[in-house]
Amino acid sequence: MGRPLKFSVFRFNPLDPTSVPHMETFHLEETDAMTLYIALNRIREEQDPTLQFDFMCRAGICGSCAMMINGRPDLACHTKTKKLPTDITLLPLPVFKLIGDLSVDTGSWFRAMNEKVESYIHTDKTFDPKAPEERMSNELAEEIYELERCIECGCCVAACGKANINNDFMGATAFNRIARFMLDPRDNRKTDEYFDVLRGDEGIFGCLGLLGCEDVCPKKIPLQDQLGMLRRKMGFASIRHLFGRILPGGEEARK
Amino acid sequence: MDTFYTDLLCVGAGLAGERVAVAAASEGFSTICLSIVPPRRSHSSAAQGGMQASLGNCCMGEGDCPDVHFADTVKGSDWGCDQECARLFAETAPIAVREMAFWGIPWNRVVAGEGTYYKGGKQYQKIEKKEMEGTITARDFGGTAKWRTCYTSDGTGHTLLFTMDNKVVELGVTVHDRVDAISLIHDGETCMGVVARDLKTGNLRAYLAKATLIATGGYGRTYRETTNAVINDGSGVILALDTGIVPFGNPEAVQFHPTGIVPTNILVTEGCRGDGGTLKDVNGERFMHIYEPGKQELASRDVVSRWMTHHIRIGKGVPSPYGPHLWLDIRHLGAAHIKTKLRDVEEICNEFLDVDPITQMIPVRPAQHYSMGGVRTNKDGAAYGLKGLFAAGEAACWDMHGFNRLGGNSLAETIVAGKIVGEKIAEFLKGYEVNIKTEVVRDAVNKQEARIAALIAGRDGKESVYAVRNAIQDALMEGVGIFRNEADLKKAVDTLQVVYERSKKVGIQSRVIGVNPEVAMALRIQGMCRIALCVAYAALQRTESRGAHAREDYPERNDRDWLKRTLATWKEGDNLPTLNYEKPSKVWELPPGERGYGVAKIIYSEDPEVIGSSKPATN
Repeated sequence: MGRPLKFSVFRFNPLDPTSVPHMETFHLEETDAMTLYIALNRIREEQDPTLQFDFMCRAGICGSCAMMINGRPDLACHTKTKKLPTDITLLPLPVFKLIGDLSVDTGSWFRAMNEKVESYIHTDKTFDPKAPEERMSNELAEEIYELERCIECGCCVAACGKANINNDFMGATAFNRIARFMLDPRDNRKTDEYFDVLRGDEGIFGCLGLLGCEDVCPKKIPLQDQLGMLRRKMGFASIRHLFGRILPGGEEARK
Repeated sequence: MDTFYTDLLCVGAGLAGERVAVAAASEGFSTICLSIVPPRRSHSSAAQGGMQASLGNCCMGEGDCPDVHFADTVKGSDWGCDQECARLFAETAPIAVREMAFWGIPWNRVVAGEGTYYKGGKQYQKIEKKEMEGTITARDFGGTAKWRTCYTSDGTGHTLLFTMDNKVVELGVTVHDRVDAISLIHDGETCMGVVARDLKTGNLRAYLAKATLIATGGYGRTYRETTNAVINDGSGVILALDTGIVPFGNPEAVQFHPTGIVPTNILVTEGCRGDGGTLKDVNGERFMHIYEPGKQELASRDVVSRWMTHHIRIGKGVPSPYGPHLWLDIRHLGAAHIKTKLRDVEEICNEFLDVDPITQMIPVRPAQHYSMGGVRTNKDGAAYGLKGLFAAGEAACWDMHGFNRLGGNSLAETIVAGKIVGEKIAEFLKGYEVNIKTEVVRDAVNKQEARIAALIAGRDGKESVYAVRNAIQDALMEGVGIFRNEADLKKAVDTLQVVYERSKKVGIQSRVIGVNPEVAMALRIQGMCRIALCVAYAALQRTESRGAHAREDYPERNDRDWLKRTLATWKEGDNLPTLNYEKPSKVWELPPGERGYGVAKIIYSEDPEVIGSSKPATN
């Protein structure tokens, strides 16, 4: 006999004018190696076919199934019930727009973020199909990959005190993305161009330094290091901007 | 109802769909991608191991070239592929890999100097040349003569997909995520777009386009034990089959991957074996060298999966509550290698199995993995039967994989075929106009509205959609698995015909405004059952063994009678597909011969057009 599990699940259908946000209780008996993926699918298939939640890869790779699990954002697919108490509370991620129940619209949020940080290689070169590839040290390739591993699950955004009170705050995932491109020699943007994206309260200086982002990142990306690095770099850039305004020839120093 | 109009409509925004979109958008055509999930969540993201391209940079890849890649691919396909496509593919792959590097992929690079690698559990030395330092490196994969699989750690699909989607952002390609295409709009001759359902609101939409691309991935979720993501239910193939015109090529060609973890069937990459991991049995002993002395763990996937199943059948499996399994051992590769080059594997083992692969062996057994079959297209990616309809990636039968796909050739196909097909679509679009017939659009929309209304009203019955899905999955798993025979296949066809009748009587339990996950599944269920019947029925008819299609009652590869591709169509009102056949290749650059791994007898073709077939070629 497995443990009796009690799930308190957030329910709300924003399209239905009669729907009121509330918690609903479901019961399941725990089975071997049960994950929240298994549990939620069982609830939907056996108890309530209307329950909305998202899964895709069910293997911790795609980032679809992030939700608040007993108050902490994490991927539901890789969360084993045996690591949780018998009372399990599931809520949708905050910050993102609610689609229904546990399902939130991360797609629109991340597309907007990627547009804002211009998340692509900026180069004046054109691709030559006949030329060999440009060389890169394996060490650098691995450093870039380390930051490239973000799966855009949204856990860091959900755990961010600032993002929860200011919808425009870019969040650790955007900073990590910028750090990734700053590291990449194929991207020709100058520090000041990054500064234009990152400055202000919505950007790196709005970060409160609570570091909830790194604590919850399911891919264990070193977000704290990136925040520190960006703040130092952008701090210098902002001083150069300041001098640019008050000193003759200071604009030159920006370049 | 919202109506959208565009030059190119890509149904699916994984790697193939997005690569096609990028090609068309680069030529200035308006492009919309539909995706049932945010594009970066597509199943492409789960591909770990890498992408084959014959760059020949690393020392173990020296001398590699498109000719060798072509030959490996044709042998891998067990001569079931279209050799013109395989040639086009092998020639373009190196360019596509370098283009992805140009767009930002952090491919792993050659590190000059001495190094070690493992093969068959033994350590060997290698020396990378100084002059190749910093070029894109490659790892070993099954069925290849050279180390050819380019990779970024074991997150290759993830980096490719994010880089491709970055390109989509850069080019301003419109992506409508959480939109589910449920029917093509066509008049029997020309495709004009799709009817789709908005998965945020439940509303229907019409998308009208000059060209429509199906790039929705495979149909692995028709099997119970699959490595595929939950969204891989064959939706694109269903769109094509529903036309009654567009054929489903080689439905019976279904690949099993040797290393799905037990019990969840999550994949651990072939890179584990490529990097020197070994398979072991209940006694902790290796066995692949007994069956395949040459290639050992790195024979092609169909061969390794069959020997594993055989080894379990003779009692050498490890007993477990989930049935017998085998072990994958990567412990000897060492913590440093596992923590960098196989870090997703480490994560999957730790998180889903409570197994530490640095100190413990991984429980594995073959699971359904890849659909070689799909929407039949010509070498330009144009679907048979409907003008303006195209397909690419796993959803397509383009057909470079024939009856078995080599590891590292699927990621490569998404990007290479995406590039080729995308450029062909851009050519097609130049000067092309389509007459959108409003009555055709109206009828297509009305038909879907009526279907949804009937489901919600429970007009046709009250069958549970989940019960029907489980019945489909069980029937395929039990009857159309790694080894097949007439009795089991017949039983599977009979069972599926009964299930098909049930699938027509599905009713929805839930009445909710807006999104209704049960409706999404119900709209797909008859189509999934048709796919399953195509797979089972085509497998029953094919009385030979070729690639992943292994008939115990017909162990020979029979080129005399079966050197041909299955084309399945579904006529309205039927309860079985109509099967036709075509030659797999117009051009026989490499005449049928032995693969060099896997023991199979061959009955050679007597067709004079199959050059050299009267004189069997040897490896």
